[in-house]
Amino acid sequence: MPSAIPALPFYLLVTAIIGGALMTIFSRNVVHAAFWLLEAMVAVSGLFLLLSAEFLALVQLLVYAGAVAVLTLFVIMLTLRRREDAIRPLDTSVAAAGLAAVFGIVTAIAVGGFSPLPARMPAAAPGIAQFGGELFTRWALPFEVASVVLLIALVGAVWWSGEDEDQ
Amino acid sequence: MSAVVGLREFLVLSAVLFALGLYGALSKKSAIMILMAIELMTNAVNIALIAMSRFLTPGLMTGQFFAAFIMVVSTAEIGLGLALVLALYRRTRTVEVDRIDRLKG
Repeated sequence: MPSAIPALPFYLLVTAIIGGALMTIFSRNVVHAAFWLLEAMVAVSGLFLLLSAEFLALVQLLVYAGAVAVLTLFVIMLTLRRREDAIRPLDTSVAAAGLAAVFGIVTAIAVGGFSPLPARMPAAAPGIAQFGGELFTRWALPFEVASVVLLIALVGAVWWSGEDEDQ
Repeated sequence: MSAVVGLREFLVLSAVLFALGLYGALSKKSAIMILMAIELMTNAVNIALIAMSRFLTPGLMTGQFFAAFIMVVSTAEIGLGLALVLALYRRTRTVEVDRIDRLKG
């Protein structure tokens, strides 16, 4: 028997995500924007739970709401000389708005054109144990490559940000 | 069960979030804000991937694995991007992308 996602939690999370994204983009204070981004990331993690992707919801919380948000806040603090610098003029761009609108309209048409999109999902969803099993069998090589990517990114980030001020 | 949501709603949410991130990434003048907008866009992609995986082929979990690897790459990207912003700030004392124009002849 196929199961379905109830509308109420979905639309609550949608409100949180879209609201957080709007506040991230349209708040004039950079620090406030970082905190609104954190809120949107937590809401996205809730959406992953609705889609029975428990492991990814956890990773989303740890990585985006934890590490990325803290890193962003640290860089904001390190690049502000005065407290007033956090308040920025609201950058607007008609061209960017037009491009985003065109993208949204084209995607809406495309999504509307997909003939039957399922409203119900299969009831059986594999759990976190099967996710781990698959990760270390079928996806073992991408997993190892990902770890190398992370290592190189770590070394590169330390190298770039720790550089001395010799010209 | 009264009202339910299907795959279409998830895809529309993903598209709206991606469009918002696209607007932010293109219109912002602060390098940190641009990186934050890019994070919004990667999250939109992850929502679409996981929703498709759950609704169409939940047994294979392909979308979940792709989302996990996207998370890895986007974390590497944000770490390197912020390190680059810090390095640029040390040299130029600014994070405004309009004023980082040393390659301009």
